[in-house]
Amino acid sequence: MSENPFDAQVKDIAWCPGCGDFSILAAVKQALAELDLSPTQVVMVSGIGQAAKLPHYLKANFFNGLHGRSLPPATAIKAANPQLTVIAESGDGDMYGEGGNHFIHAIRRNPDITNIVHDNMVYGLTKGQASPTSRKGFQTPVQVHGVANEPLNPLTLAISLNATFVARAFAGDIPQTTEIIKKAVRHRGYALIDILQPCVTFNQVNTFRWFKENTCYLEADHDTSNRERAYQKASECDRLSLGVFYVEEGRPTFEDNMGVYQEDANPLFRRSVDTKRLRSLINGYRG
Amino acid sequence: MSFIGELPMNTSNKILRREIAIVLAGDAGQGLQAIESILTKAFRQEGYNVFTSQEVMSRVRGGSNSTLLRVSSSPVRAWSERSDICIVFDEKAIGHLGKRLDTKTFLLGDGVNGNGNLNIIQIPLASLATESGGRILINTVSAGIMWGILGGGKETIENVIKQFFGGKTAEIIDMNLAAVSSGMKLGLELQSSGQVPLQLTPQGNRRQDLHLTGTEAVALGVIAGGCNFVSSYPMSPSTGVLTFLAKHGRDFGIVVEQAEDEISSANMVLGAWYAGARGLATTSGGGFALMSEAVSLSGMTETPMVVMIAQRPGPATGLPTRTEQGDLNLALYAGHGEFPRVLLAPGNPEQAFALARDAFQLADSCQVPVLLLTDQYLMDSGYDCNDLVVAETPIKNAIVETGPEYRRYAMTESGLSPRGIPGWGQGLVGVDSDEHDEQGHITEDLELRVRMVDKRLRKMDLLVEKALAPEWIGPADANNLVVCWGSTLEIARESVADLGIKDLAVLHFQQVFPLSAKTREMLCRAGRLILLEGNATGQFGTLLKQQCGIDWQHRLLKYNGLQFSIEEVKAALLKIMEKEG
Repeated sequence: MSENPFDAQVKDIAWCPGCGDFSILAAVKQALAELDLSPTQVVMVSGIGQAAKLPHYLKANFFNGLHGRSLPPATAIKAANPQLTVIAESGDGDMYGEGGNHFIHAIRRNPDITNIVHDNMVYGLTKGQASPTSRKGFQTPVQVHGVANEPLNPLTLAISLNATFVARAFAGDIPQTTEIIKKAVRHRGYALIDILQPCVTFNQVNTFRWFKENTCYLEADHDTSNRERAYQKASECDRLSLGVFYVEEGRPTFEDNMGVYQEDANPLFRRSVDTKRLRSLINGYRG
Repeated sequence: MSFIGELPMNTSNKILRREIAIVLAGDAGQGLQAIESILTKAFRQEGYNVFTSQEVMSRVRGGSNSTLLRVSSSPVRAWSERSDICIVFDEKAIGHLGKRLDTKTFLLGDGVNGNGNLNIIQIPLASLATESGGRILINTVSAGIMWGILGGGKETIENVIKQFFGGKTAEIIDMNLAAVSSGMKLGLELQSSGQVPLQLTPQGNRRQDLHLTGTEAVALGVIAGGCNFVSSYPMSPSTGVLTFLAKHGRDFGIVVEQAEDEISSANMVLGAWYAGARGLATTSGGGFALMSEAVSLSGMTETPMVVMIAQRPGPATGLPTRTEQGDLNLALYAGHGEFPRVLLAPGNPEQAFALARDAFQLADSCQVPVLLLTDQYLMDSGYDCNDLVVAETPIKNAIVETGPEYRRYAMTESGLSPRGIPGWGQGLVGVDSDEHDEQGHITEDLELRVRMVDKRLRKMDLLVEKALAPEWIGPADANNLVVCWGSTLEIARESVADLGIKDLAVLHFQQVFPLSAKTREMLCRAGRLILLEGNATGQFGTLLKQQCGIDWQHRLLKYNGLQFSIEEVKAALLKIMEKEG
């Protein structure tokens, strides 16, 4: 196998040995390489948390911003330069908790970005508290009597908001996760991939083995254009389905709707102010 | 105009004035803004200087609002409490205007009573409107009455009406022409009968300068500054800039998005700048409070950002539609950690345009957050304005094409590292909210941490070098100095000019942070310092004291939600000058 252009020489990786983040990193790099993208074309946007450190461990442009805030800059980066491939990635606490409002509204905007969420159902970097996707009864140093809140189901939420691409993957299966990431990046519009992963340090319930036993891929004949069926499959929580649940092709993206690229495909940084028009606008205030 | 033979002119009753203050008061939704716009255009076409300002309640209908139009032979640009001729649309407007009405005010109303001490002239406003086509025409009838009283040309106001209602049906235009005409007829009668004897000194030609609000000046400056990305959450009194840019966005290739909250707005702006765009967020104090963390991110990642904060009284929701200079400290200290920033505060539309324009270049070239502090008073007031010059030479973005070994945070003597953007060049551009190395990767190398902090803070020297010096207005050797910032500029200027005291001058700051190196010397030229500031604690006064070691002999502070009027500033300064001798 030839060298992956996205491989980076990193001496010190902050993840625990055996963490699912390693598999997700491998799948992301593999997918980007197989899509024939160049590192200079790709922007990884992340928030805060262990998952959000991923952009430091591959070769690409990156914007590692604030906790919960990866989607707003990712949306803006794509709108400022649609020629870039933009991936917003972070953990479940970052995307669904701190950034929950942005998650909802990014879906409504449908920017042409890929949203990868590392979902290990627990907070890692803050040492083991519940996340929005933690299951009921899960005990933590804060949720000492077990989680009482309903877990957030990102897939049904995204489908109900009419997201144009909704998928779930399992970090334990790198080849399939790679394929799903490739489909998501190719999709023109917002694409969510919720990637289930074990947290070897803080989640002793939803382990690698638990995910292995409680997940299965959607049937080969699953119709990704059937939104109701996708919602139904996504609602099932006894056995978690994996794969691409729902796809809608052809919806205008956020960048399309901004109306500044119809006549001029140049990214914003290559443009200049129409001074003649501005002078005429100013003259309207004369007299 | 010749009415001789038709309406006898009692010239002995005329009182000629160089300036007349017109006040209109009623509830929200009664079209005060329409009257203001029509009269402003009409008076300017007859050569007068016009300044307009409103004070409104935070509601869609009802309440009591008022609009002031100062119409003058000489330049006027400041809030005044004078009311020479006033039309009230309901009884409660009289109570609302309170002290702004006195026995010298010609108070016009339809069936209003007042408190007995006022010079009330009854006018059949409702029936004139109904006869012209409906009660909704009360505003146009009122404009006609004012125009008739002051003897304006019929053709002038008719043309303004046609232009103002240009997009409407012929029927609506005709109704408004009828309304203005019947209003004028009444106005002329009030004038000729001597009931309202005030007249303006006739002026020459139609004005050729601009007339615009602070909102419009800021928005035009934003476009001139090359802004091509706006993301905001609506909040009074900043929203006008957002709507202006939304209206003209596609013509100028500006991405305009209403964000789900201010946090998203500010983070989008940073994303846009990172990718090479010039981004703006518009908000008020409460919204800016939510942007604090993003301001800190701008500081850490050295990603430029521009935010316009249109101030209104706080804390919390405060008085949403009113004015204050209470968010200086918020803007000065927003964001955790230590990093350089710039605070600009325009005092009039020319400065609003120039500072909004230059904010983008400053943010871009120094890689810092630039915060533009305006307020409700500046945003909503209408000013005659000198030409706004748009440079011929295209704006040059302060970004570089990256090479293969590009490092976003390369150590430099100035602290500025050449800023690359993703997708332009062979290099990779990485930025991080964590402390980072030269390539933008997370580091816990504590020596590097110190070097990075120092590098970021070194940009402060550059900012001080570029800082705009305050403007000294009045006698160069004055021993008494009125110190102000932002929107109080023209109020201080007019008050001090009116007083004509030789030993009194104004020092106005349009940049409030960092301060120009000349500041201390300028302050120390005067023996007596008088602070004029629109808040309760004298925030700028404290900053100047802290930075320049000066002491205030007097502090004039106002925080009831209204701007300082020239009358109260003059009275306060006169008292100080008399006391001090």
